[in-house]
Amino acid sequence: MKILVCISNVPDTTTSIQIGPDGKSADLSQVKWIINPWDELALTRAVELREKHGDVFESLTVISVGEKEADGNLRKALAVGADRAIRVDTAATGNFQVAHQIAELVKKEGFDLVLTGIESSDFNGSATGFILGYLSGMPVASNVSSLTVEQGKITLVQETDSGRETVSMTPPLLAVVQKGIAIEPKIPAMRGIMLARNKPLDVVQAVEYNSADQITAMELPPPKEACKMIDEDNIGELVQLLQNESKVI
Amino acid sequence: MSVLVIIEPFEGGFRKQMLSMLSYGKALAGLNGSSVTALCIGEADQQEAQKLADYGVTKLLLAPRITTEPLNATLIGKWIAEKARAEQSTVIIFSQGFNGRALSGVVAASLNASLATGVFALPQNTDPFEVKKNVFSGKAIATIQLNNDIKVLTLQANSFEIQQDPADSFKIVQLEDSLPADNPGIELISKDKQGGSARLTEAEIVVSGGRGMRGPENWGALEELAGLLGAATACSRPVSDEGWRPHSEHVGQTGKIIAPRLYIALGISGAIQHLAGVRGSKVIVAVNKDPEATLFQAADYGVIGDHKEVLPRFIEEVKKIKG
Repeated sequence: MKILVCISNVPDTTTSIQIGPDGKSADLSQVKWIINPWDELALTRAVELREKHGDVFESLTVISVGEKEADGNLRKALAVGADRAIRVDTAATGNFQVAHQIAELVKKEGFDLVLTGIESSDFNGSATGFILGYLSGMPVASNVSSLTVEQGKITLVQETDSGRETVSMTPPLLAVVQKGIAIEPKIPAMRGIMLARNKPLDVVQAVEYNSADQITAMELPPPKEACKMIDEDNIGELVQLLQNESKVI
Repeated sequence: MSVLVIIEPFEGGFRKQMLSMLSYGKALAGLNGSSVTALCIGEADQQEAQKLADYGVTKLLLAPRITTEPLNATLIGKWIAEKARAEQSTVIIFSQGFNGRALSGVVAASLNASLATGVFALPQNTDPFEVKKNVFSGKAIATIQLNNDIKVLTLQANSFEIQQDPADSFKIVQLEDSLPADNPGIELISKDKQGGSARLTEAEIVVSGGRGMRGPENWGALEELAGLLGAATACSRPVSDEGWRPHSEHVGQTGKIIAPRLYIALGISGAIQHLAGVRGSKVIVAVNKDPEATLFQAADYGVIGDHKEVLPRFIEEVKKIKG
């Protein structure tokens, strides 16, 4: 089986977001770009599966939509254990656009197991994976917190509004994965980094796709007032404030 | 504009998030004199279905034979898209819960619709259609303009007040539809029903514990406080990783995102990833024996103290006002 893990680049979690001069975008000039945390968990699981079931999974490919700056994290993914990286050479501008670009390759190369993180920490859309599944014509496993393989069948746990479902699916399939799919993200070791240098990073041309939607403004949330400190001996005052001042109990 | 709200019953009735979405749909439809159709997936109690008239629905489509167990996003999504086409819906509203996220993406792709997920308020304007949502895990708010003919929105939990606002008329239409049986692609092996996950995201008050609680054996008092307040319990990531509390209680960037009226955090330092999950709360109370805990910067009220002393006092004071 051929695995494809989709990874996107997001600003490091501790980045302080400032609005740019155009009033509709974040100023990302000083940002450190990391692999989206959920995608990193997806990649970790994929590497674990490849290591455990080498006879079942013949290859692990990672793909990103982005310009040259995205190469760094693709190399990191190769260092962690992917065999091959693909970069679709165009800036990532939205969930439909990214899904369209990746769908082209999924249909062309025929992957058996496609993994995507459930959301990205920049736009929190949580849609790209589902859109990609639809465009690729694959069945989609949703909100997956566990994925195991046994004799050609894939067992997954889907988290839904009414509880947790254990389901069985036969590849090809796309799994939109979330917390639980892997615990600690894999960190590239020295050997992995060395090997990554000789692994292929293919840059492919993007397909034509334009979204009619746009972000027309961006703002910071209203600043919070300073925290009102209450003495630990005076919890009665806190309860009184919660009841009468902020009226939440 | 033709508004379609996608709802699911839970144990025959309708949870707060469903009513909140209907209220949102009614208010949105009201902006240009149109009406709300609701599409109910799953088996609803007939009496509970009738009550939806109070929340502004004009037409309620009941589809008891369509099941979301298992949640087959592409199969169910395509079916919903078909219904939306038949209804000529132009704005389709889902919940920003597990099911809503999956289905809305597939429906939007199927209808070539514009999609905005995690909205928390009515659109700024409907022509052009502009709506706000949180981005960068809550560090900023973006206004998105949706320009395709059909718009799909998912509504954040606890963000829109439930309002009783009946429409001029109300009718129920029973749909006999069922999902295609051959080659569904997903086979259900077992189900662990725990309405728990939605309970936490819908809870108006949440009492949460972090590593500062020092061990699972100390949760008794926290649970007691939660019980008195009618609150749900939650925890930080290290606590669920250690196995002190179930993963379903983890709130944070890679756990659940919640926005209760009141969030009480005991022994939680306030790492950025945790804040991403709770920053939407109306009021945050931080209790920590470390005066440097970052959570104090995001909190509305803070107590420097140990949970072992503070919790019993908190319980006592709440008992007093609850009488």
